[in-house]
Amino acid sequence: MERKDKVRRLLLAGVGGQGILKASDMICTALMYEGLDVKKSEVHGMAQRGGSVTSHVLYGSKVFSPVAGRGEVDILIAFEILESLRYINYLKPTSKVILNDFRINPPVVNLGIMKYPEHIEDIWKEQVTSLEVIKAREIARKAGNFRSENVVMVGILARHLPVKREIWERVINESFSEDLRDVNIRAFQLGYSALPS
Amino acid sequence: MKALLSGNEAIARGAYEYGVRFGAGYPGTPSTEILEAFSKYEGVYAEWSPNEKVALEVGIGAALAGEKALVTMKHVGLNVAADPLFTVSYTGTNGALVIVSADDPSMHSSQNEQDNRNYAKFAKVPLLEPADSEEARRYVKIAFELSEKFDTPVILRTTTRVSHSKGIVELEEPTAYEDKRMIKPDVAKYVMVPAMARGRRHEVEKRLRALKEYANTCPENRIEMADPEVGIITAGMCYNYAKSVFPDYSYLKLGLVYPLPERLIRDFASRVKKLYVIEELDPFIEEQVKAMGISVVGKEIFPYAGEFDPGIIYEAITGKKNITLTPPEIEIPPRPPNLCPGCPHRGIFYVLGKLQVFVTGDIGCYTLAFMKPLEGLHSCICMGASVSMAHGMSKALKEKGRGKIVGVIGDSTFLHSGITPLIDIVYNKGEAVIVICDNRTTAMTGMQDHPGTGFTLQQELTKAVNYEELGRVLGLDSVRVVDPYDLKETEDVLKEELSRAGSSLIVSRRACVLYRREKVKQESLWVDEEKCVGCRQCLNVGCPSLSWIDFSDLPEGAYKKITKKQKGRALIDADSCTGCSICAQLCSKKAILRKG
Repeated sequence: MERKDKVRRLLLAGVGGQGILKASDMICTALMYEGLDVKKSEVHGMAQRGGSVTSHVLYGSKVFSPVAGRGEVDILIAFEILESLRYINYLKPTSKVILNDFRINPPVVNLGIMKYPEHIEDIWKEQVTSLEVIKAREIARKAGNFRSENVVMVGILARHLPVKREIWERVINESFSEDLRDVNIRAFQLGYSALPS
Repeated sequence: MKALLSGNEAIARGAYEYGVRFGAGYPGTPSTEILEAFSKYEGVYAEWSPNEKVALEVGIGAALAGEKALVTMKHVGLNVAADPLFTVSYTGTNGALVIVSADDPSMHSSQNEQDNRNYAKFAKVPLLEPADSEEARRYVKIAFELSEKFDTPVILRTTTRVSHSKGIVELEEPTAYEDKRMIKPDVAKYVMVPAMARGRRHEVEKRLRALKEYANTCPENRIEMADPEVGIITAGMCYNYAKSVFPDYSYLKLGLVYPLPERLIRDFASRVKKLYVIEELDPFIEEQVKAMGISVVGKEIFPYAGEFDPGIIYEAITGKKNITLTPPEIEIPPRPPNLCPGCPHRGIFYVLGKLQVFVTGDIGCYTLAFMKPLEGLHSCICMGASVSMAHGMSKALKEKGRGKIVGVIGDSTFLHSGITPLIDIVYNKGEAVIVICDNRTTAMTGMQDHPGTGFTLQQELTKAVNYEELGRVLGLDSVRVVDPYDLKETEDVLKEELSRAGSSLIVSRRACVLYRREKVKQESLWVDEEKCVGCRQCLNVGCPSLSWIDFSDLPEGAYKKITKKQKGRALIDADSCTGCSICAQLCSKKAILRKG
């Protein structure tokens, strides 16, 4: 279905504890500061404990739904390799995929009941024309703290969003306590420049 | 000023802007953040009550004293608070009383997906339903206005998608607090003995008639005429889903969902060719519209269970599906929520699973212990049911059940609904073993304080319930305390209590690893390759920090076998390991060691 609304739809996916909700908060705040309408949605509570976590972010001149339907997502930002595949039916052939090359075994894999699927990157190469793969956790370690993995991912995504650099810096400064600002500014910058744009 | 707020934060903001300064509730996803946000505003009194019934009664008391009271809970919480709800509908509220019921279609974090709009009809009180954060902020004010104007409790119903979505909200200057507090007896209105209740019963019907009339002029019930071919009656989040896929159709968007605006509905129906009602869960609006003799399409094409999204609505009406990428033909391992690394519940449930007892469980993070590999929990119905069900089972089984039934309940859940059934066990000479998993907080909903933590919602120091003393005072035959990080002690005590006659209470005490007040920094553990024989014992606790390295996935020479038949070895992720040592206690080769 072709949409008239010109709303852009992002889907962040990963594992509880990777800072996905914080990342989507930062993205929404930045889009709001740019004067756009924005909505986001996610599920807290039981679903959060080490399980799959997603966050939908929709922005444009006027946004109604805070969630994207299947086949509607423009950019998938996957914080973990396997989690990228779980939401493949939210994507369309023209979708862009940003993939963090990082693996967290689900319990069934650790227990030896199932195998962690191999070659997920190749599956994406066949399905979409735009795939960006990055080792965000390693980059975050270089920035000074592996927990800034989420901010590295925001940095990579930022190249595709209509938000000025100074707004990103304002958002990062507002999102973290003073002792964590420098490492996260570095993480953002390293993410932003990690790939050729 | 604009702000990006969740639906829950917006409700708190709206209440504060309206001059509300009194709030009570019990944490429950997706409602928890409302009272948390409200409690942080200047000059506000807010409390976590032990359960929703108490919270509502606290709110009724405050309203009777002239205050505007906000009471928050999740959908199943309103079941607990149903008793006062049905009668405060008769008495009216004096000040003002708004009850927020946060429903959970799709059961993201709940045991059922009941549709609490039914409570409004059942209790004969008005119900408003916002569609996003900005409406949440405005509707809570309308709810208080209606409560004041019609002397009625009002339900503000949200769903997970409204409560936990964020959107841009236009903040307004808060109204100054107006002190209307009073002590004014009015026994005919507030003493609901039969003679007086019969009188109030008619007041309820009069009020409902007045509210029905108001519904037709309520500005939040609005017709948006566009293409007259298709008309959609909808409310709440479904409005946004529908607008995003069908921007050109005509809408009757309802803000006041009970009682319904009959004239407005008839008017709208007469102006469109084909009429749909789009609503999640029960056909609440649909049945009432049909009862007006109006022909509508509803649940024959829309799902009756689970939450909707734009695609579900698009597909139901057009019969067409969006083009999506095709999932590859591989099995994607599921990733359900799991107990955190270092979770103290892991120790107690590992032992319970090992002892092969039947565990009646309860509501909390520990409910997850039903899964592989712990498999240490066998029922979950509602708050407090673990204690009463364990008693019921052991009474029914008699000697067949002796030493085989354990009821397990969290600390916050115990204080919510576990004490009365514990009295029942003592009173009726029950023999079930009850375990309180005291992790010092309400963990599942995000670390809320409760009467056992020693802190109030507004972070004042207060008294803390002592479970051991309480157990003794109630008359339990035996009260014990264990540290669930110590597997041997936990197993020994459980075995002793299971083998003895009489009632017994075990407090399994260890703070949640995420609980900031009792955070213990310990070095992470590691697996010594020179010692690990790949027996998988440690993996049986299901810790997310522990994983399995399959030697067949590695090139020759990249691994070392200790025994001939060894197929792999365990690995600990140092980033997430908290050093709790539960896995190390299971390692017969002493291959799991502490760093440093």
